[in-house]
Amino acid sequence: MSESILRVQNLRVVFPHRHGELVAIDDVSFEVKKGEILGFVGESGAGKSMTGAAIIGLIDPPGYVEQGEIWLEDQRIDQLDMRAFTKIRGRRISMVFQDPLTSLNPLRTIGDQLIETIQMHLPVSQEEAKRKAMAGLEEVGIDPARFNAYPHEFSGGMRQRVVIALALSAEPELIIADEPTTALDVSVQAQVLELLKKLCRERNASVILITHDMGVIAETTDRVAVLYAGRLAEIGPTEKVLHQPEHPYTRGLIASTPSVELGNIDTELFQIEGAMPRLDALPTGCAFHPRCEHAQDRCVEQRPDLLQERVACWLYADG
Amino acid sequence: MLFIILRRLLQAIVVLLLVALVAFTIFRYIGDPVESLLGQEATEADRRALIDRLGLDDPIPVQYLRFVTNALQGDFGVSYRTAEQVSGLIAERLPATLELALVSALFALVVGTLLGIYTAIYRDGFVAHTIMSSSLIGVSLPTFLIGVLLIWVFAVELGWLPSFGRGETVQIGFWSTGFLTASGLKSLILPAITLGLYQMTLIMRLVRAEMLEVLRQDFIRFARARGLPDRVVYFGHALKNTLVPVITVAGLQLGAIVAFAIITETVFQWPGVGLLFVNAVFFVDIPVMSAYLLLVGTVFVVINLIVDLLYLAIDPRIRDGQLRRKAT
Repeated sequence: MSESILRVQNLRVVFPHRHGELVAIDDVSFEVKKGEILGFVGESGAGKSMTGAAIIGLIDPPGYVEQGEIWLEDQRIDQLDMRAFTKIRGRRISMVFQDPLTSLNPLRTIGDQLIETIQMHLPVSQEEAKRKAMAGLEEVGIDPARFNAYPHEFSGGMRQRVVIALALSAEPELIIADEPTTALDVSVQAQVLELLKKLCRERNASVILITHDMGVIAETTDRVAVLYAGRLAEIGPTEKVLHQPEHPYTRGLIASTPSVELGNIDTELFQIEGAMPRLDALPTGCAFHPRCEHAQDRCVEQRPDLLQERVACWLYADG
Repeated sequence: MLFIILRRLLQAIVVLLLVALVAFTIFRYIGDPVESLLGQEATEADRRALIDRLGLDDPIPVQYLRFVTNALQGDFGVSYRTAEQVSGLIAERLPATLELALVSALFALVVGTLLGIYTAIYRDGFVAHTIMSSSLIGVSLPTFLIGVLLIWVFAVELGWLPSFGRGETVQIGFWSTGFLTASGLKSLILPAITLGLYQMTLIMRLVRAEMLEVLRQDFIRFARARGLPDRVVYFGHALKNTLVPVITVAGLQLGAIVAFAIITETVFQWPGVGLLFVNAVFFVDIPVMSAYLLLVGTVFVVINLIVDLLYLAIDPRIRDGQLRRKAT
């Protein structure tokens, strides 16, 4: 568990804009250990998906990585050209997207898409690829007899299983799962998460799980990173962050998560006042200070960095 | 699936019967067939005899039915002008038009699709921008002007290609082909480009727009995330999804190529059915005109049928009746 598969250092992603540039991700550093599930949580636009896209080299133009380094074990990958990167995508780093209904090519059978991916990355024959594809389907709980079925013949949950089979088909070491269950029925969400977790444990593959659902984070991840306005607010073991949140934003986020325990049903949900600032109107200092009840002068003037590798907040500057 | 095909066939037959009704109406009611055939100095007895022979006193539905059965047997009556069988006139000239239409359709489809893909993939490049701007010329210039311009440049100034006619043809059975001689092939180039240029630019712009749309889809992102190289993403995943709407428009446009060969055939003095039709209009040769109408109607219906079958072949969701056709 100690060795890291991925190291991201001072990542900065910008989008050129009519009036200068928008900074979508600023100075984000973290690492993912082998076999670990790291959660990314935050509001829409906080930079969760963008971080995932940066790692796998699929930031939509005109956005680009302006600064920072991304290391996959001992290979630096943020400067690879398209051709070299196709050898990593799918093979070493893979991705699962939010909407299983649109993630598969509607005009080709699932078997065809599986074989295509396997043969792209592994030196196997057509028959061997087909055998692997069938085995992959069986592992995610889909009858291999439906090898020649088209995506529209499956339900949403089943399609996400197919997507997972595809993402895992070339045995990658890191899977970036971008809101993999958000588009699914609640009853199916748990099954799909459990499946993803199990398969990755079996392969000792690491997962970056992007979500805005604190419940998913609590159930699934080993460590969690909280993003706010493109910056890391807090990062640490899930247990610790959930039970002793340090950053005022994390505390607000946890307090505003509904729970269904009896007796809690009538209590009013906590809200963080205001909204996350737009990227073209980031406040000075700590981006959270306009919404923070502990804001001091320092928070307005100076941007806090990650302290003790855990939390970016001046409250903990002396501790 | 079989049900869908049968239903489409039935629709095709109904449409053809309606086209036949229009052709029949023209044939029967525009001008007086008796006068056209006999001239003004004919005696009353001659007129009577012809009316009986053509059955012009029969009830209208009977006449329509006879018109349809005759047409099915390839009998469209006699040309008022040359007194020859209309079917013979058309059969003689159809190969010229079909060969011209085939070449320009291939030109429009192949070049249009390739340029469409290119301009979609390299949408910000200089070459793509140039192609897109110059394609506006293809859309906006009228066919006869393009024809005249091409003749001026390649026939008159450069002298590379002939400016009129089919060149030498080879007779194979009833079919006279220009594909087998050098002069026949050379003669095809200018009229084929003239005829297909509009369709080519239209298909190109459509393919480009559809391709850009498809490339934004999630499954393209996922295909890239699976590590598929650009070539596979563009041709293996994006192109096929582009095709369904493109085929609709392309099908209709290919029908238009046959139907509107008239102008091109006139400019290049191409001895096809279009030229025959123009002459028929000049001489109010009604049987030729109604036969031409039927022919063009049939071409459209057949192409539409093929388009429907292609949908079924391409998109499994339509096969399963999950998705309706995107356009008609």
